[in-house]
Amino acid sequence: MSRIFRKSADTWLRVIMLLAAVALVAGVGLLVAGAASNVTTRENIAPVQPVPFSHRHHVGGLGIDCRYCHAAVEVSASAGLPPTETCMTCHSQLWTDADLLAPVRQSWAERTPIHWARVHNLPDFAYFDHSIHVSSGVGCVECHGNVDEMPLTRQAENLRMRFCIDCHDDPAPRLRPREAVFDMDWTPPPDRRALGERLVERYGIDTDDLTHCYICHR
Amino acid sequence: MTRLGLLILAILLVAACEQEMNEQPKYEVYETADLFPDGIVNQKPQPGTIALGDLERRAALDERPPLTPALLQRGRERFDIYCAPCHGAAGYGDGMIARRGFPDPPSYHTDRLRARPARYFVQVITQGVGDMYSYATRVEPADRWAIAAYIKALQLSQRVKADRLPPDVKPAAAPASPTDGEDGP
Repeated sequence: MSRIFRKSADTWLRVIMLLAAVALVAGVGLLVAGAASNVTTRENIAPVQPVPFSHRHHVGGLGIDCRYCHAAVEVSASAGLPPTETCMTCHSQLWTDADLLAPVRQSWAERTPIHWARVHNLPDFAYFDHSIHVSSGVGCVECHGNVDEMPLTRQAENLRMRFCIDCHDDPAPRLRPREAVFDMDWTPPPDRRALGERLVERYGIDTDDLTHCYICHR
Repeated sequence: MTRLGLLILAILLVAACEQEMNEQPKYEVYETADLFPDGIVNQKPQPGTIALGDLERRAALDERPPLTPALLQRGRERFDIYCAPCHGAAGYGDGMIARRGFPDPPSYHTDRLRARPARYFVQVITQGVGDMYSYATRVEPADRWAIAAYIKALQLSQRVKADRLPPDVKPAAAPASPTDGEDGP
């Protein structure tokens, strides 16, 4: 009876098993790294927009309040993406010939919405509500970063669950008075935790409840 | 060993699956909706629809609320957000947008506008006037009254006689007459 396996088969088996093990480890590593990488999280990515709207110009340069355009942020889950009408409030008079604004004028004339690319996209199973964060004293910059310095809007944080939980676990050092929520340059007092703990009391934030699953997942 | 390997392989395969929980078959606000001919998720309500709170909002527009410090405070906040960009923080029509070329928002401190009642400003916020668009979609009716009250307070603030100021804000050496405020600060 002839031999089924050649003499080198043993070596081949070892090599293949080794390669499989390496591939396994590398695969797991890639998955973990991939989940954290900004290819997945979109952190720091500024999607291409039909109009290169600059928060740096409008907020940093002109000093327009967030709520001028995001008018629903205090009362609704969505901050409110401004309709073309909001752009045209000023741009019916200013930069009326600018090529960059042609899509805005077209949208206004044809009554069709501008197709902005979404910058922040939470998974559909996370139910984020802007209004409760704003009224609890969470500043816009805590999640959105200093948009007043962004020529193109990018996602400032990775917005992974860890990012949310860090704050829900211990909100005090990230809170500010309601009057300062929309302030891009607010300077916290030296002892921010002490202030935050007073604000937790004042705004009735139930810290025991904040890390329950149902707070964010329905 | 084989079983463990298979298990790990299975986990890896599952992890590689499309995460359908992330993108569920539902529409979120501002998404594109294939279901509707115009592709817009936020469809206009049927004509005649009365949304929750609409009646209250409409009623708030008709009746002037009582003047309270809280109303003025709210008015100041809303004014600074929606009006000050053009009209300027003190209402002289010298806001940042006006300085960047928006044509001539009027100063509130003219005889013409001083003579107008609060209701006039509510109406202008609601309907717009001249080059100014309506702010009805951005400023709630109750807030329009608050802004109007604050505008009336701004008007008063530029004309008040120094000897009528409360003691704690009265300057030590008050000027004999206040600026007339007709042409600017």
